[in-house]
Amino acid sequence: MSTSFRIAAVAAAAALALSACGSDGDGAGADGDGLKIGIKFDQPGLGLKDGENYTGMDVEVAKKVAEGLGVAEDKITWVQAPSPQREQLLKTGQVDMIFATYSITDKRKAEVSFAGPYFVAGQSLLVGADSDITGLDDSLDGKLLCSVTGSTSAEKIKEEIPGVELQEYGTYSECAAQVANGTLDALTTDDAILAGYAAQDTYKGKLKLVGGTFSTENYGVGLPKDSEQCEEINEILNGLWEDGTMEQIISDNLGEAGYEYNKELNPPEAGGNC
Amino acid sequence: MQTIFEQFGLLAAFWMTIKLTLWSALFATVIGTLVAIMRLSPVGILRQLGATYVTLVRNTPLTLIMIFSSIALSGVLGLVLASRDAPGGYIATQNFRLAVLALSVYHAAFVCEAIRSGVNTIPLGQAEAARSIGLTFSQSLREIILPQAFRGAVTPLGNTLIALTKNTTIAAAIGVAETALVMRNVAEFDPGLLWTAFGLIALGFVILTVPMGLATSFLAHRLAVKR
Amino acid sequence: MTAANVLFDAPGPRARARHRMLAIVGLLALLGALAWVLMRFQAKGQLEPALWSWVVQPDSWRYYLLPGLLATLQAGAIAIVVSMVLALALAMSRMSEITVLRWAATLFVEFFRGVPVLIMMLFAFYFLVDRGWLPDSTNPLAGAVTGLVLYNSAVLAEVIRNGVASLPSGQREAGLSIGLSPSQTRRIILVPQSLSAMLPTLVSQVIVILKDSALAVMILYPELTRAAGDVGSAKGAPLQAYVVAAVLYIVVNYTIQRIAQWVESRQRRRGRSAGGVVHADTGTLGAGTVDGAQVMEDAAGHVHTNLEDDVSRSAHRGIGRD
Repeated sequence: MSTSFRIAAVAAAAALALSACGSDGDGAGADGDGLKIGIKFDQPGLGLKDGENYTGMDVEVAKKVAEGLGVAEDKITWVQAPSPQREQLLKTGQVDMIFATYSITDKRKAEVSFAGPYFVAGQSLLVGADSDITGLDDSLDGKLLCSVTGSTSAEKIKEEIPGVELQEYGTYSECAAQVANGTLDALTTDDAILAGYAAQDTYKGKLKLVGGTFSTENYGVGLPKDSEQCEEINEILNGLWEDGTMEQIISDNLGEAGYEYNKELNPPEAGGNC
Repeated sequence: MQTIFEQFGLLAAFWMTIKLTLWSALFATVIGTLVAIMRLSPVGILRQLGATYVTLVRNTPLTLIMIFSSIALSGVLGLVLASRDAPGGYIATQNFRLAVLALSVYHAAFVCEAIRSGVNTIPLGQAEAARSIGLTFSQSLREIILPQAFRGAVTPLGNTLIALTKNTTIAAAIGVAETALVMRNVAEFDPGLLWTAFGLIALGFVILTVPMGLATSFLAHRLAVKR
Repeated sequence: MTAANVLFDAPGPRARARHRMLAIVGLLALLGALAWVLMRFQAKGQLEPALWSWVVQPDSWRYYLLPGLLATLQAGAIAIVVSMVLALALAMSRMSEITVLRWAATLFVEFFRGVPVLIMMLFAFYFLVDRGWLPDSTNPLAGAVTGLVLYNSAVLAEVIRNGVASLPSGQREAGLSIGLSPSQTRRIILVPQSLSAMLPTLVSQVIVILKDSALAVMILYPELTRAAGDVGSAKGAPLQAYVVAAVLYIVVNYTIQRIAQWVESRQRRRGRSAGGVVHADTGTLGAGTVDGAQVMEDAAGHVHTNLEDDVSRSAHRGIGRD
């Protein structure tokens, strides 16, 4: 895949050089090396690699931001950015920016910069369609809760309701499959992620979100510390909400299963985290 | 260093390693001996079955078997190995037992081959003598062949045990709280302690496996059938 | 499967009947087990064509399974080559007259053979990530290969050394008597023979490496097990995906196993093995050829250290040499 990607990039560069015949012909500016953007590869509705295509809310927002920065879509190299390694990817320059359900936290801000937030998600619960779990309350007592290794969201629930038992897997996909077939009772993480699974073809009608949101996760664009592009990206993000692009992206990618994002907290004002 | 013991629970992780090793060794020996008997038996179809088992299992990565037991056997097919009110929690117990299942099934193939290599140390005359005094297949297996085979197989069996001990780390793939999980948690939450964690865990495995190696050599000498 | 099995007599009519019974029982048990599995699948709806049909879609192979298999083979290929080079250096050092070198090599071999591959892989990966020495996303591959190399070079070094030790002593004496130095003798006479004798072991070591490369699923290297996980969640068929991956592993590894057996039998025919190759069933009970090489290597290669241990040596050769 990467080969065909490179071929595409070379072809694009060649076309550019031909059209710019006579001028400096170098493909100057940001066009020169494109952008390496870190996304999730396994998060349906947010960042999913399906064959050669990349889909999801984060991917679409990333494309719009790249467009705003003057980088064409075919100059974007998508890089897998798994949760535990996002800071490292940025610090070591393996990616230029990250759109991967990346919550802005003080701890992370010590290591990287954030543009945004561009979306406010909140922790919620995904359960089987006929489950009697109603939310973060006694109905969870004694239930089997799934989350991923290194995630703190499940720990939070365990503090509130000590009776729940925790299963940890490498990815949420493994959790979703087991909640859908009833082996495990609930999956907890950000509502946007959960909505992505509920909307997936395989799980249509088998999963539902319950209990609203009980935390605030400000999704930001991860950037290397003190990035110069940070303010520029904030402006682009605010623009996306103003002209309705963001609403469209959300309903295209997450709306399938009747998901409603938290209207009280969205749209957020991007800025202040650079 | 204190943090690794207190916050990340290294000692508990090694205790888990030991528990996984002991239970898996027990079941692997039982399954492996059964498969070895099948492979030595006069019934063609049983020999084939045993051989197929060994070929299939030995060519599949333990990691895959481990993940399969959790995601497919437990997750999809609904295999339940623990009761809902098991002490220590249903999920922890279930995962532990699934890990033991995967480790046993995998290492049984190596136990089987170790026993067969032990059988190969037994001179022809032993079996001929057994037959000539009228022992049946199962009698000669029980009285003559297997006891000598186990003694001749001490070294490969010991090596399988050492490999099993190290392979218990793979249980981390399904969330069993043992040393590899500690290693990963340290790397993710406290990267400054990476070297210390590696050193301590490596040391722990040396402490566990070196006596096994010594015991194997000692027993191999001690139990060797003098010929 | 050797026909010359002396564990039991040529069966008479009653024994034949009993064997037939056992065969039928075995067959029924097998069929029963298969039926149970199928019923279980059916009960959980795992036989639905929709959950299997993706296996024959070219896209599943093009974007998931083949790249995964390729990544597995890539890690395996790099690891076996580097391991072999390092193993040669380690074996030479371990047999050297220079004490410091000998000690260092011994320490390396004994340490890395005792530490689980997964621990080394995790350490190597996070260490490399932390340092950021390598470009882009090569860290998972580098971490996987480092873990595999540290372990397998230690094991292979012992195989080489064992091969040298098992050569007839006349080989070494002849070398010394024509005026070669000890190190020349090793380089020119002993190690080459050991290397040619260990070829089957080397080939079956590839299987060990390919299997261990699946550990890299934990450090996000996109090898076959991870690819199976990915395609499983994309198609909503995790069980089926892992079954397909298992079949792929078995096909690849079984092929390599057959190659190793072929190499071994060819060497034995040519009588070139000076002692390192595992001989099976001459003069003992015909339990069939045991793939001793693989048993030993999977089992941490400890066999090869017990050089003074005649019992175990003969146990693994299958011949009482003494």
